[in-house]
Amino acid sequence: MDLENQQRIKDLAEEHGAENLVVILGGAEAEASGLACETVSNGDPTFAGPLAGVQLGLAAYHIMEPEVKNEVDEDVYEEQISMMEMVLEVDDIIEEVKEYREKFSKFV
Amino acid sequence: MLENKKVAILGDRDGVPGPAIEECIETTGAEVVFTTTECFV
Repeated sequence: MDLENQQRIKDLAEEHGAENLVVILGGAEAEASGLACETVSNGDPTFAGPLAGVQLGLAAYHIMEPEVKNEVDEDVYEEQISMMEMVLEVDDIIEEVKEYREKFSKFV
Repeated sequence: MLENKKVAILGDRDGVPGPAIEECIETTGAEVVFTTTECFV
């Protein structure tokens, strides 16, 4: 995950409270999406960025996970997301993000 | 789940870009506080 964005997420969690902040991902593949979820919950596993060793415990979801999708207006989802849903490996992405969220998120 | 939450969006240039996710989240009752589009490659 981009180092600059790690700092932004850290600042936002401090500003709004980690329990009030949810991260929504749009990653194209499972591994990168899972890594982003891990980074905002358990810290940067590469120990390169501001979130190294920082366990914010944030809840992170991919936009295509049912928990999020079901709360979005159906027409807007159709217009903005459905085309990418057809080309991405949605099941793999969901499985990976869910695994890290269940393991590390403190506010699910 | 999202109602009254603050949301940070990490879009992906090769997946779903930030602004597309933002359009969606704005219909849920959550407040978008940050949107970006990363290049994960």
